[in-house]
Amino acid sequence: MTAAPSPAVTVEVRELTRRFGPLLAVDRVTFDARRGEILGFLGPNGAGKSTTLRMLCGLLSPTSGSARVAGADVVAEPDEVKRRIGYMSQRFSLYGDLRASDNLDLYGALYGMSGPELRRRRAWAEEMTGLPGRLGDRVDDLPGGFRQRLALACALLHEPEVVFLDEPTGGVDPAMRRAFFRLIDELAASGVTVFLTTHFLDEAEYCHRVALISRGRIVAEGTPTALKALLGEEAIVEVRSDRPGAALEAIGGEPRLREAALFGAGVHARAAPGVPEGEALAAAETALERAGVPHSAPVAVPPTLEDVFLEVVRREEGRS
Amino acid sequence: MTDGPAVELRDARRAFGAVRALDGMSFDVRPGEMFGLVGPDGAGKTTALRALLGLVRLDAGSARVLGAEIGRDRSRKAAVGYLSQRFTLYGDLTVDENLDFFGEIHRVADLAARRARLLAFTRLERFRRWRADRLSGGMQKKLALACTLVHMPRVLLLDEPTTGVDPISRRELWGLLSELLLSGLSVLLSTPYLDEAERCGRVALVRAGRTLACETPAALRASRRASVVEVVCAPARRARDLLAAEPRVAEVQLFGDRLHVVPRRRDDRLADAVARLEGVTVSAVRTVEPSLEDVYIWRVAEEEAREAGADDRARGHP
Repeated sequence: MTAAPSPAVTVEVRELTRRFGPLLAVDRVTFDARRGEILGFLGPNGAGKSTTLRMLCGLLSPTSGSARVAGADVVAEPDEVKRRIGYMSQRFSLYGDLRASDNLDLYGALYGMSGPELRRRRAWAEEMTGLPGRLGDRVDDLPGGFRQRLALACALLHEPEVVFLDEPTGGVDPAMRRAFFRLIDELAASGVTVFLTTHFLDEAEYCHRVALISRGRIVAEGTPTALKALLGEEAIVEVRSDRPGAALEAIGGEPRLREAALFGAGVHARAAPGVPEGEALAAAETALERAGVPHSAPVAVPPTLEDVFLEVVRREEGRS
Repeated sequence: MTDGPAVELRDARRAFGAVRALDGMSFDVRPGEMFGLVGPDGAGKTTALRALLGLVRLDAGSARVLGAEIGRDRSRKAAVGYLSQRFTLYGDLTVDENLDFFGEIHRVADLAARRARLLAFTRLERFRRWRADRLSGGMQKKLALACTLVHMPRVLLLDEPTTGVDPISRRELWGLLSELLLSGLSVLLSTPYLDEAERCGRVALVRAGRTLACETPAALRASRRASVVEVVCAPARRARDLLAAEPRVAEVQLFGDRLHVVPRRRDDRLADAVARLEGVTVSAVRTVEPSLEDVYIWRVAEEEAREAGADDRARGHP
């Protein structure tokens, strides 16, 4: 069996570090992203996500370490980096009082595009945004989903090899979010590297690979499925009850379960380290029976990326 | 205390110019319940909360808190704590000063003791002399929550308390809200995050000023007679295209390295269809519950189909 040729690395980050005075904002971050990959960066505020992003966009120079983005060095050629990447944030600065087509022209001009090249990319943007009849409308008069796609079209107009998305679909209608990520997937399939920073877990689920970042460092990395498997041995137990407060108290007092918390009309708790799933479920049942709390049969539920994130950060903090 | 709803919005309508912000929205929050108003930006969530507070007058319908409209009734206002999405704190005042300010507005007796309890509850004691604008986003949200609690309201209305809050602070906020709930408060909160709806006892899914559904998260999932088959595989795009072409498949959604496949028949596990996938390595197949995002999208599609049907009938189609 021959190994498939691995696609070209488009983002290569080695020991990237940034200090602000005494604060170590980004601490020896190392990773690669490849052509056609959707890579997610997930972490709390202040973890170093946006500092990393600013360095990778050529907006901030690192204290030490190196990064190449789309073939350009962020330290030696920051302007070249800016030309080769696209950037879109949730609160993207479309000009609301200009027409959609004016916004496209403006971004084209910023990237030095004109003539047939600009016409070709405008035609592409018109098709990609899916509402060609409305490019003459003022941006503020357009529905949210269209504004979203227009912002993406502006970021992609100059055909960047790498595109950075900062929480691009927060607050949009779920159907529009799905449509947006279909576009992102097509973009990745065409070879563009998509780098997404978010703390919105529904967005992280669309990534091929997710890096969890905490206190300036990557603390875990893998496919969403692989990350969830990190929690595999310690099941999450769910019970439903008409008396969730009493259920919480009963389960909170059971040593084989931990981190009991109200969850909807019920309680979620994690199995304690080393306690197998079956025993955790039985422990919950016994605790509720003993306390006389009416309840549904305890079941194990799959972890979310949020569960994984909180656990990994907890382990890291326990170690340091 | 009455047994009626803690909060009730009934067929509420309100237009701002041509925009129908509320277009017949209804829901009710039971006493002691954590209730989620869930929908995207522009669904009418903020207008609904503001109508309940008496800050927005309805064109039609009613908005009641603890059995009556808030109007100018001072005692009823005192029973409600409101956390707005934008304005929350005075950045140039310290943590203590913010709590004192809100306490004085509400004429809270024995403010020092109340403040001490809230600082302990939100674990902000160490930061009491910090200016609010020096706090992290998560700490600011906790302080804002403490300020809405300073006058001991019975009902909390929280407008997107977790938007822009990172996962760790978000989990901590949910812990605080759970404690409040156990102490007997009724909580109505709005959120654009469907995964957060799972944490509420009941939710209203809202869109375009209307309520799509108002039930427990479990009932919402069960209401749709569909299952979702999750397939972890590589290459996932190829698998998606192949499965999307299967007549037995209603819908395929690609998430990174896995697919969510909705079969046309509820009990169809699609085992043979998955086994037949050519050039695809399948590492796991299992049946999962639909997410609330799935439910939301299906409800919207059903409503749109119903409206299209109504239009057809109006035009004289069969």
